[in-house]
Amino acid sequence: MMLSDADIGALWLTLRLATTVTILLLIIGTPIAWWLSKTSSPFKGPVAAIVALPLVLPPTVLGFYLLIAMGPNGFIGELTQSLGLGTLPFTFWGLVFASVIYSMPFVVQPLHNAMEAIGERPLEVAATLRATPFDRFFTIVLPLAKPGFITASILGFAHTVGEFGVILMIGGNIPDETRVVSVQVYDHVESLEYAQAHSLSALLVIFSFVVLLALYATQRKTSNVGMMK
Amino acid sequence: MPHSISTNNTLEVRFKLSTQDRENKKASRTYLDINTKIPASGVTAIFGHSGSGKTSLLRCIAGLEKAEQGKVSIHKNSWQETWQDTGYFLPVHKRSIGYVFQEASLFPHLTAQKNLTYAIKRSDKAVSAEFYQRVIGVMGIESILTHYPNQLSGGERQRIAIARALLIQPRLLLMDEPLAALDHQRKQEIIPYLERLHQSFDIPIIYVSHSMDEVARLADHILVLDQGKVIAEGGLTEVFSRINLPQRLEDESGVILNGHIVEQDNEWQLIKIAFANSHIWIPDSADILSEALGKSVRIRILARDVSLSLSNHDDTSIVNRILVTVMDIKSDEDSPMSLVRLKMGKEFLVAKMTKKSVHHLELTVGIQVWAQVKSVALVR
Repeated sequence: MMLSDADIGALWLTLRLATTVTILLLIIGTPIAWWLSKTSSPFKGPVAAIVALPLVLPPTVLGFYLLIAMGPNGFIGELTQSLGLGTLPFTFWGLVFASVIYSMPFVVQPLHNAMEAIGERPLEVAATLRATPFDRFFTIVLPLAKPGFITASILGFAHTVGEFGVILMIGGNIPDETRVVSVQVYDHVESLEYAQAHSLSALLVIFSFVVLLALYATQRKTSNVGMMK
Repeated sequence: MPHSISTNNTLEVRFKLSTQDRENKKASRTYLDINTKIPASGVTAIFGHSGSGKTSLLRCIAGLEKAEQGKVSIHKNSWQETWQDTGYFLPVHKRSIGYVFQEASLFPHLTAQKNLTYAIKRSDKAVSAEFYQRVIGVMGIESILTHYPNQLSGGERQRIAIARALLIQPRLLLMDEPLAALDHQRKQEIIPYLERLHQSFDIPIIYVSHSMDEVARLADHILVLDQGKVIAEGGLTEVFSRINLPQRLEDESGVILNGHIVEQDNEWQLIKIAFANSHIWIPDSADILSEALGKSVRIRILARDVSLSLSNHDDTSIVNRILVTVMDIKSDEDSPMSLVRLKMGKEFLVAKMTKKSVHHLELTVGIQVWAQVKSVALVR
């Protein structure tokens, strides 16, 4: 396989982006999923819909609005400028922000499903055993939702690796800053470097296959662990 | 009276709750309207048919459900605590209760041992090694502690769950039909553990059940619920000697008597059970065996197994023929049957017969008749 320095830079950048996004999503997605699985608030529907929106929106549409919002006159742009961070488009952290939004449903939904599947009973049991709500969350909810966390991490990571449209809209094509693998493949094809495009593409195909294989393996394993009986 | 409640040891309970039926969402709303004092000692059964609100009542006491209006406060010896009152609601995890759910609710991701540890870590006071060993011993779970819940039988899981509830060292143990999810054989297997639990630990137990057998065997006091209201409460034997319970409970009418074995007839394999001023013969069985002279037992005589006659018939197969006094007769207009309450020494019997028979025998309050007891169940 022939990988140029630029290819390796793109791979490394993709890995860094996907890892950062997955970690951030687990931190942000867990409370959102928990809230969605517990609340009877009238905002539940709208919040769930907003979280799921990236599933149906064309990435270019999402990217376009994010570009506007993060731009010098957008509300996010004004916020970041006032914090002295400059504007986010065409930076690594701009990609991180956009990817967090874009991959959110792939993390929140498995977590939400796993938490809902736990049901009320284990939490009631824990409450009668003197566990405070905080205690219950960490000793009961998190361990019982573990399969959901594994699925969420794998899906969040893989989906971020597979991003293209959003990145193109807000990240552009800056080496080692925003040029991720999918963009690099696009560039290779544009400049008719099919051999390089092949190497990178094949690598992504293998990566995706292995990820999905791992996902199904963990799902098969965890489905054998009975829930509350 | 044996069931009189010392004001020192009571659980005061007052609830008004309108809620959807938990088991069946389609069913009409169940209303709970309770205002009573439950003894905070011994075993109190909350008895009623499904949908009578007994589980809701237990959940309200535990704080798992919040009645709009309610008061729960417990007095036990010199200790007193209020869990709910106007504008005050103590969350479940701050109440000194142990709760055993209908289906054994062990945490599936923890071994039996870790399930117990979960309680020990959060217990109000440190769990002594001696207490731990006693709980393990009484529930007989030493050999299964390393297993995960899905490797245990239903009965074993429930024993672990009971041990776990005990290890939190609660002031009050609440049990919501702990045997309901088990088949007959498992029930028989676990009942002795419940009896030992009652004998070994000085902890008041509230036991929800719709099974007459369990109640007769385990309870000291009883609270009968019907459609969310208390329709009878008191000592077990006293409540079951009443004949004014609602008709839907009449199929189970019958008295529960506490006596002890005073004599054995080896020729005919019978044993004599004595009460304050009367006795009854029952067949000897493997359960009792011969060592049992003096042992106290509890028997149950169903109303439908008692018939009356005006004279003592020697020429009948019935062994137990007892001279009794008619205390009370209850006839419902819409039923062809009557219930007759009888005094036997200091105990009561209840007989069920047709209204026609009451008329034919010209039964009236105060007259003496012969009761023929066809069958007696030894409860424990």
